[in-house]
Amino acid sequence: MTFSLAELMVSAASRVFDDDGEVLATGIGLLPRLAASVAMRSSNPALMMTDSQSFLLSSPNPVSGLKTHAGQANENWMGFSRVFDNLWSGARHALVGPSQIDRFGQSNISALGGTYEAPKVQLLGVRGFPGNSIRHANSFFVPKHSRRVFVEGECDVVCSIGYNPERLPKGYELSDIDIRQVITDLCVMDFQGPGFQARIRSLHPGVTLEEVRDNTGFELAVIDHLSETPAPSSDQLSLMAELDPENLRAKQLKDNPPGVREAPADAE
Amino acid sequence: MNKLASAEDALSVIEDGMTVGIGGWGPRRKPMALVRALLRSDVRDLTLVAYGGADVGLLCAAGKVKRVIFAFVSLDFMPLEPAFRQARESGAIEVTEIDEGMMLLGLRAAAWGSPFIPTPVGLGTDVIRNAPDIKVVDSPYDDKEWVAMPALPLDVALVHATRATTSGVCEIESPDHYMDDWFIRAAGHSVVSVDDIVEPAHFADPAVARRVYWERNCVNSVVHQPGGAHPSSSDPLYGFDVAHFKAYGQHIADGGYDAWADAFLGADESAYQQSVGGLDAIQSLPLPAY
Repeated sequence: MTFSLAELMVSAASRVFDDDGEVLATGIGLLPRLAASVAMRSSNPALMMTDSQSFLLSSPNPVSGLKTHAGQANENWMGFSRVFDNLWSGARHALVGPSQIDRFGQSNISALGGTYEAPKVQLLGVRGFPGNSIRHANSFFVPKHSRRVFVEGECDVVCSIGYNPERLPKGYELSDIDIRQVITDLCVMDFQGPGFQARIRSLHPGVTLEEVRDNTGFELAVIDHLSETPAPSSDQLSLMAELDPENLRAKQLKDNPPGVREAPADAE
Repeated sequence: MNKLASAEDALSVIEDGMTVGIGGWGPRRKPMALVRALLRSDVRDLTLVAYGGADVGLLCAAGKVKRVIFAFVSLDFMPLEPAFRQARESGAIEVTEIDEGMMLLGLRAAAWGSPFIPTPVGLGTDVIRNAPDIKVVDSPYDDKEWVAMPALPLDVALVHATRATTSGVCEIESPDHYMDDWFIRAAGHSVVSVDDIVEPAHFADPAVARRVYWERNCVNSVVHQPGGAHPSSSDPLYGFDVAHFKAYGQHIADGGYDAWADAFLGADESAYQQSVGGLDAIQSLPLPAY
């Protein structure tokens, strides 16, 4: 069975929710949202999900082709102020796509370069990242693994707390921070290396360790018994087709590359 | 008490240097007719508190703003608000950048008469490093440190509701009232624009009365302005205007605020609505589906 790189990433990203139990799963962006939706429809039906607006749903809406919210499977009202009541309880796992991630797992969606008074590039602002990162689990989704994203120094604006001893608040331990997995177009990583170092968990088919390291601005540990990222199951692929009927997942990565590279990677 | 007023009269309480909170969220249910009335006024040096969209972008671009207290300024489908981006990158405005939830806590603290609300939100991030006015304090009850999110008292709150009585009983029929109740309660003075005016009997239905999120004594002025949220949405009456937001972005990029104002602002709201296709066109805008 053939599958795209986007579908491989969605499959890997859906697995971050497998052992979460009954928590609010929030995927920001089309592929992360599709991943959370696939998880709720397959490996973890206990997950909770919103309609990206103001209701919790007993079954996720499609991520493409939705014409109206009328008739959706509402479970309860879940306006934005109530989302904070839920997320500050800790019962949430967000899958988000920051513009920068550093060696501590700190991330940035606010601004690039310049100063606080006048950034070179204004992005979104910190949004809910500070509160999310200190109150509940977070995973990251990175469509283009590069040194622009995985920066050498600290993030230009540290929007979310990570495993940085220098910034650790009084009374906290590094293990209080809960960064789960990082799904990129090259590999799956976590922060479970020595001293919460970033660590490669699996490589996507045809990707080498060197390629990941060349595109990462900091040192990476490697998990024992490094494996290849598993291919999406046929069930996952049919759920993706059902939940994304307009196939927008084919438009999220440049040129929609296949999940298994057609040509071998360049030799060293 | 009849609180019905024109936008100009209702906003005459706003003086230079005041702190103004604006309800809604990004491109959704923003009191844009009130914002446009501010754009036509000579008020300046405002401090804005908002879950920002084009309201914040336009006021910054027009030179009305000294400081913005924000967690994001975004139009959702256009993630980066074009005018706010220009204002930030040119260093034209001062900012206090906080988490979305910190803003909620700051509004609640102001509403409840508390100087601050303790929270872990912001710890370990640049939100605390960049905002020296936001203190981190020890707890009398445990050994951790906590962010003391200061109250965000507002001189004036501007909110758009679906409909209201002339006495200020406001209904928000949209699926989410966002933090509008906290903007209203954090403010010394509140101005609510509405699409429709209704009789008190409208609220006899308990299901309708449940869509009232603050009491009428929180409201000082009601401005009747059908289509007044445009180009943001007033769900279920109309959606946000994607085409106009794109035109807005193009005008800001090509010629800045003046290009947009020359093309659209007009001398009053009626002229504005004519410039964007008329009230019927606004009220026909489809609701977004996510």
